[in-house]
Amino acid sequence: MSDTKTITFTQAYTQALDEAMAADPTVVLLGEDIGDKEGGGVFKVTAGLSAKHGAERVRTTPISEQAIIGAAIGASLAGMRPVAEIMFMNFITVAMDQVVNHAAKLRYMSGGLTSVPITIRTRTGAGTGNGGQHSDMLEAWFAHVPGIKVVVPSSPADAVGLLRACIEDDDPCLFIEDGVTRTVKGVAPPSNYKLELGKANVEREGSDVSVISYGRPLQDIRKIAESMAEEGISVEIVDLRTISPLDTETIVNSVRKTGRAVVAHEAVRSFGVGAEVAARIQEFAFDSLKAPVMRVASKDATVPFARTLELDFLYKGSDIEAAIRQTLER
Amino acid sequence: MTTATSYSPEVLLEIYRTALKIRSVDGGIRGLIRSGNLAIAMHPPTGQEIIAAAMGACLEPTDYLVTIYRGLHDQIAKGMPIKKLVAEYFGKATGACKGKGGPMHITHPESGVMVTTGVVGSGMPIATGLGWASQLKNDGRVTVTCFGDGASNIGAFHEAMNLAAVWKLPVIFLCQNNKYAECTTYEDATASKTIVERASAYGENMAGVAVDGNNPEEMWTAMRAAVDRARAGRGPTLLEAHTFRLSGHYFGDPSPYIPKEEMAEAMANDPIVVVRDLVIASGAATAEDLDAIQAKFEVEFEEALEFAKNSPLPDLIEVTTDIYGAA
Repeated sequence: MSDTKTITFTQAYTQALDEAMAADPTVVLLGEDIGDKEGGGVFKVTAGLSAKHGAERVRTTPISEQAIIGAAIGASLAGMRPVAEIMFMNFITVAMDQVVNHAAKLRYMSGGLTSVPITIRTRTGAGTGNGGQHSDMLEAWFAHVPGIKVVVPSSPADAVGLLRACIEDDDPCLFIEDGVTRTVKGVAPPSNYKLELGKANVEREGSDVSVISYGRPLQDIRKIAESMAEEGISVEIVDLRTISPLDTETIVNSVRKTGRAVVAHEAVRSFGVGAEVAARIQEFAFDSLKAPVMRVASKDATVPFARTLELDFLYKGSDIEAAIRQTLER
Repeated sequence: MTTATSYSPEVLLEIYRTALKIRSVDGGIRGLIRSGNLAIAMHPPTGQEIIAAAMGACLEPTDYLVTIYRGLHDQIAKGMPIKKLVAEYFGKATGACKGKGGPMHITHPESGVMVTTGVVGSGMPIATGLGWASQLKNDGRVTVTCFGDGASNIGAFHEAMNLAAVWKLPVIFLCQNNKYAECTTYEDATASKTIVERASAYGENMAGVAVDGNNPEEMWTAMRAAVDRARAGRGPTLLEAHTFRLSGHYFGDPSPYIPKEEMAEAMANDPIVVVRDLVIASGAATAEDLDAIQAKFEVEFEEALEFAKNSPLPDLIEVTTDIYGAA
């Protein structure tokens, strides 16, 4: 283990951007404070990139989210592959018109004459004491819009492979970075590591229950699966990696095998990705189900500030374990 | 004619020719809706033709246009084939966008029509991106983004104008001020006396010019200067072109909010009539020449109409194609 090279999530994002820029001169970055002159971004993901690839290609913008996404769209129509940073996911709301009415729809409305190969990187997640306007997981909103791809990594290696795939993809991709786990380390991938979008990853095979999730909860689920294995409970872990388009086949195949499913996400419970996954399971794997599909999520509330409240708002690892046990009782 | 460096009777004739072409298509489409042969939401550019025609006379085919739902004149002036436009209005498979965009969402990259947006003001941020790409590639292209006076009150206008000025982008913000933001008068919706004075808020990089958009010489001269400025890397321009909307916000709009006298005066000053006299007076063409040009465009529209009518509807597979590109 000591010989294995590790990197943090933040280093992973930087690696993917750096390698993408080195490989393709049309890859350009834009966003607030992202240049080295401004400190390389509030979260330092772009640190060193303007020095290495030039300030022309790593462009600090005004605080203008509509202009940031609009400029990315326009540049992409002219053959560039822009990667826009939106500092916090809640700030995308300022640019929803550009994302939803334009980025997602221009390929379709032009009958395929144009495309919008942009990547929007954004950071979010509750648990950092940032309160209601800097913490929301809004992936379900975007997954509800045909034309956008929504991607959430659960390890630094996946972060490299998925972000690179987003940048090389010919459609708009929303890449969501978790604020709480940004310093968590994982095995470093080889250089120029790429994963396929739209494919879920069965990262642990099991026979008793499928736990389907993405992003931060995987940190909990891996430990839970390990400890439950000691009790003889065999947990299969399905990491969605891409929320939209959703890999129904991998989900359904897993549940057909195990007969039980728990869907876990950090986003609030109602009308979320968990509901969509549960609906697809009952549509395509109903006859295999031995128990109702369980959902684990954060509470239907605004993310509160006080630490005690914020922790109570958030889903917990113990909720996931309890849900697994509940499905096994049937 | 895009190489013309000074205004001349030939430039005037080119502008008028394009304006006639626009009016023949606009009038033809309105006629189809009126007679019940086409059921679409249409926002006619009637009365704003000279602005678009002068713009088109200053642009290369490789230059970019981002326009809005009232964009038929801009698209034609940029060189879009009439057949593809009319077929798209009919929702046919042979339309510019295979019938999937419709009148408010026309795209035709071959002629530089990159985006037509149905959302007021949203084209401006996208135009800055096209301009940014040109700046990065140093390809010498200019991007024009068209919008109305109403769009100057949405936040996207400010964000895009500021970014274009800070980055000194080759973008022309062409505000076609037709005095009404949908159904609300300019005075009731806009705090500044003019749109152009807002240019001064964006510093030296942003030029600001206001003209009578229905006057071909004024319009062409201002557009020529803005294009030259952008192409030379000297920065963006806000060009406010005054005009009037002769067919309401949408076709069928009874326009009760426009005083009868104002409408009557505007109709009496229909630029298609006024500029015709200018062309004849300039000696560039005779009345007979212009009648022949107009007749030719009417035939061209009839041919496009036949083409559209005889074209197939899109295959239903189109509902679920073009959502994403090939994997």
